[in-house]
Amino acid sequence: MKKQIPALVSLLVVAAVLCVLPFVLSDYNVSLAAQVGIFFVAVLGLNILTGYTGQISIGHGAFMAIGGYTTAVMSRDHHTNLVVTMLMAFAICFVVGLIVGLPALRFSGVYLALVTFALAVSIPNIPNQYSTFLGGVGGVTSSEEVSNLWIYVAAWSCSALLFLVAWLILRGRVGRAFRAIRDSEIAAVASGVELPVYKTLAFGISAAYAGVAGSLFVLATNGFAQPSEFGVFLSLQLLIGAAIAGLGSLWGVLAGAAFVGLLPQVSTSVPVIGAEHGRDVIFGAAVILVMLLLPDGFAGLVARLRRLARA
Amino acid sequence: MERAETSPIAGLRARGGAIDGGSAAVVLLLIGAAIFLLVGCLRSTAFAQYTVQGLALGSVYGALALALVLIYRATHVINFAQGELAMLTTYIAWWLMEKGLSYWAAFAATLVIAFVLGTLLEVTLIRPVQHSVIAVVIVTVGLFILIDGIVNWVWGGDFKFMQSPFGNASFDVGGVAIRHQDVGMVIVVFASVVLVWALFRFTKLGLGMRAAALRPAAAALVGVRVDSMLAIGWGLAAVLGAVAGLMAEPSQIFLSPTLMQPILVYAFAAAVLGGLESPAGALVGGLLIGVSLTLIVGYVPQKYIGAELQLPLAFAVLLLILLVKPSGLFGRREVRRV
Repeated sequence: MKKQIPALVSLLVVAAVLCVLPFVLSDYNVSLAAQVGIFFVAVLGLNILTGYTGQISIGHGAFMAIGGYTTAVMSRDHHTNLVVTMLMAFAICFVVGLIVGLPALRFSGVYLALVTFALAVSIPNIPNQYSTFLGGVGGVTSSEEVSNLWIYVAAWSCSALLFLVAWLILRGRVGRAFRAIRDSEIAAVASGVELPVYKTLAFGISAAYAGVAGSLFVLATNGFAQPSEFGVFLSLQLLIGAAIAGLGSLWGVLAGAAFVGLLPQVSTSVPVIGAEHGRDVIFGAAVILVMLLLPDGFAGLVARLRRLARA
Repeated sequence: MERAETSPIAGLRARGGAIDGGSAAVVLLLIGAAIFLLVGCLRSTAFAQYTVQGLALGSVYGALALALVLIYRATHVINFAQGELAMLTTYIAWWLMEKGLSYWAAFAATLVIAFVLGTLLEVTLIRPVQHSVIAVVIVTVGLFILIDGIVNWVWGGDFKFMQSPFGNASFDVGGVAIRHQDVGMVIVVFASVVLVWALFRFTKLGLGMRAAALRPAAAALVGVRVDSMLAIGWGLAAVLGAVAGLMAEPSQIFLSPTLMQPILVYAFAAAVLGGLESPAGALVGGLLIGVSLTLIVGYVPQKYIGAELQLPLAFAVLLLILLVKPSGLFGRREVRRV
């Protein structure tokens, strides 16, 4: 129990800061902080799959798209309560994630990365083909708009709740199975881990997290779901976030989410380079730089600092 | 296999060839596809035209797929920036032509620049993180975004026009109009592929590169400079990418920063279809994908498979093939040990 205390303290500090933030920040900055919360949910989910189970996915933007469209369509056609649509996004993406996880049983490593990449590329085309139901290029608008503060509260409540869920899942039998698969699939099978069950489960959980993030993502853009928002760049952002987060650290996930949630937004207003290109130049260079300096992500940095503090 | 363990270089010499085996079913499938195309071409001129166009496009996919395979074989990493790198070198070629160089002079200069660029990237950005696969992947993803930004910044996002090296005329073969451009694309791509193959097959440098890719530790023991070989491999991949970019440009009519993005996606598909380990597979995969896409777009009515569903459909088919043969058409099954 004594070991848990520093972790508990850092958790409380984060929670306290998050509670205070909306009172001190301007409305625009609250929306940025909400953006970080949204990416926190998605990166946390992807971390379960990539970090803990060792399966690379470059397609989680697709699950965000499914979640986002679920919210927008349900709100447009049935005026469903927005929180209920998030639960639906969670459930639908969980099922879709399980289905996508099935081919993952046959592939591993790079092949899986490419299959999920295909998913990221394909999904944004679907609304264009079925434009009457999914709105085509113009997108779908939900019937309700919410304030930035609403998004902030929703995003960070989801983050807290899903962080707790992730912790509960990962600390026990399931988490051990995930880590065993990551370290060696063959050794995991030999020790009685049912590969099909746990691999698809990891996919399902991380997809469900991405679904909730997607639903928040759509609400944050005035309830407007559009194919171009869920392009490959989003999927890449999530993978970058998970890599920068590193493994097994709350601080890591926070840093990763802040990195991919804030930097592209902030770097659009760089002098010299100009608005649109500034995002790509600064963000791309920053990604490379961070990976060169911290190949194990922020979690690696935290672990190193902890060792230093102990010595 | 045992012999290869004891004497890696001798083993490599013995294996040599480009096609690393492949089951009878795959060979039958390819022969079937070839007969289907041949009969179709003889019976209908439209079909023949689609096929030629598809082969030209497919050779571009194949060239970029081959670049991916070269790097994958050496480092077991997919270079996500390969397409953007090709786009960048195509812009450099365009810029050189604006400065007054002729097409083929700019072409040659661009290949040299691409080689230097690829080598430099490996040494400065990839080598420091090469022990971690995920870090390398993320660095290439960062490069993808960075190159995109830089090209937009320096040259702007508007369309650029390049003169076509082969003109707009076409041959007339039995009523089928075959564009010079399509033939030229296929010839240039295949010439560069054959040159790269010859380099790997017949030179000492190529032997060293194959050794470094297959058994780095053993290769280092017999005196191969594995690090330099990897850097040269990145350089060669960038050269192949530059060829793909330059040949892709006429087919897209104009040059824009998104030139290579769809092509990269199909090149991924081609490389996976052929089996990521197999150079010949990448080329065959590229041709198969090029031809089947042009045929599908040509014959299936828009209402069933519009341009929007072309990409998802290509991937659905790819997924089916991979479910039957997880290591691609020409890939070998890996034996995994704990």
